[in-house]
Amino acid sequence: MPPVLLEVNGVTLQYKTPRHLVTATYQVDFSVHQGDRYIILGPSGCGKSTLLKAVGGFMPPVEGSIRIRGREVDAPGPDRMMVFQEFEQLMPWKTVYQNVLFPMKVTRKFTRAEALARTETAIEKVKLTKFRDVYPHMLSGGMKMRVAIARAMALEPDILLMDEPFAALDAITRRAMQQDLLALWDQLHFTVLFVTHSIQEAILVGSRILVLSPHPGRVRAELDASKLDFSNVDMPEFGAMSKRIHNLLFGDEHHRAGSHKEATH
Amino acid sequence: MNEDPHSKIASAAGRPEFEIEPSDAISIGDVERPLSLVERVVYNESVQRLTVLVVLIAVWELYARWLSNSLLFPTFSETVRTFWGDISNGVLIDRTFTSLRTLALGYGLGLALAALFTTFAVASGVGTRILSTLTAMFNPLPAIALLPLALIWFGLGTPSLVFVIIHSVLWAVALNTLSGFRSVPETLRMSGRNIGLKGARYVGLILIPAAFPSILAGLKIGWAFAWRTLVAAELVFGVSSRSGGIGWYIFEARNDLDTATVFSGLLTVILIGLFVESVIFRALEARTVNLWGMQR
Repeated sequence: MPPVLLEVNGVTLQYKTPRHLVTATYQVDFSVHQGDRYIILGPSGCGKSTLLKAVGGFMPPVEGSIRIRGREVDAPGPDRMMVFQEFEQLMPWKTVYQNVLFPMKVTRKFTRAEALARTETAIEKVKLTKFRDVYPHMLSGGMKMRVAIARAMALEPDILLMDEPFAALDAITRRAMQQDLLALWDQLHFTVLFVTHSIQEAILVGSRILVLSPHPGRVRAELDASKLDFSNVDMPEFGAMSKRIHNLLFGDEHHRAGSHKEATH
Repeated sequence: MNEDPHSKIASAAGRPEFEIEPSDAISIGDVERPLSLVERVVYNESVQRLTVLVVLIAVWELYARWLSNSLLFPTFSETVRTFWGDISNGVLIDRTFTSLRTLALGYGLGLALAALFTTFAVASGVGTRILSTLTAMFNPLPAIALLPLALIWFGLGTPSLVFVIIHSVLWAVALNTLSGFRSVPETLRMSGRNIGLKGARYVGLILIPAAFPSILAGLKIGWAFAWRTLVAAELVFGVSSRSGGIGWYIFEARNDLDTATVFSGLLTVILIGLFVESVIFRALEARTVNLWGMQR
């Protein structure tokens, strides 16, 4: 079994809004192994994005611990590169090339020559070579997302943190992006922690799926989806897995018709 | 019409399906063609601006000729003659440079102070509120209203002018910069902090470029305020030391009832304003916010 990369132990997260103290997750445990495509799946408001932000170091847990390679997470750092849902994550004043190069320049993780070469490779991997000198406002949503992924991957982080990265894309582009992400994983076997609210996306993209209960997020199940991908979308085992997750998420409120619609697109 | 759902399905199912190849689109000619010369000239921004100028000048000239009273309203041609005359004998150039030197000093100091204030303000929530309160208090206060106070504090001379210019620049720029910083999207902030950026590097590499449209707007407003304030202040207390500025040039001409020279002074103020706005700031915009798609 590959070594454990990320350990989350009994993590409770709370944040303040002007009127409330909200408990986002309650005593969540899970561990991500090297090379996992680890999905955090749950309904809206189950604290999955907050959990990802905590792993990113943007939010200290109220109780419990988050360790990466045995080291406590206490601040944001380039060993955990985040890819967000919003297109604003790219710097509008930098071209595609400069955007991808920027984190390597700032962190000085690589020598200058290495960084330049890695930028070229990363842009080529996400098929944007033709657009390398273009500013982000000229790109489509899918292309912007590919730049964000290239930027994160070029830095070769310990783990890639993706916060519903494809949720703002149209269905056709989303499908292409899911396939491209899997193709990249086949080449590089990076570790990714991926947050989504779509059951189908979780099964397609993930190798392990952590199912969280609704508000506040508590662990409901951890499932193995490593054998399910685009090749067996129409197979009964895919449907069975989908149904199983659906029951885990919505089983107790099954009688409420239509409540599942949001989570299955 | 009968609303039976089965009949709807039947009508949808009854019609034949088909698939066809896309038709040849060559018949409409080129998919993309360059605009004709006339179209390009008409849509050109500088051509449009120039047209406005030419029309204004024509109206001015015709009205002044009809009025035929050069004490009240000299013609455009007379104004231009005086303007050229004072440029070639060096008076106007000398006055303009005196003004611009004072302006550069005040504007520069104002910007430096604004940078200092906003840096402190973004560092903490308290700082933000202090600066918001200060700008809310002082931004509406006309710089000219401070001139009497400046005269008491700094006497008759450049320091007083610089003081009122700083006042007119500082709050406008600080207000815009601060609101620009506050409107930087959370995601962009997080992707900056994600790669370990902190403190001055975070401000310089993320916040300033991300807030640049607002900062630039602040610089433009600050420049206009400063220029306006300076000319007005020079008019009020006239000559400092030996050489006066452009405001003094206008004031002197008024004392001599030399209206053409007053007009030529005003023309200079306008021309410098136009130059800074449509050459310097325009170029800056084209190289930054327009290029980045942050502003049209």
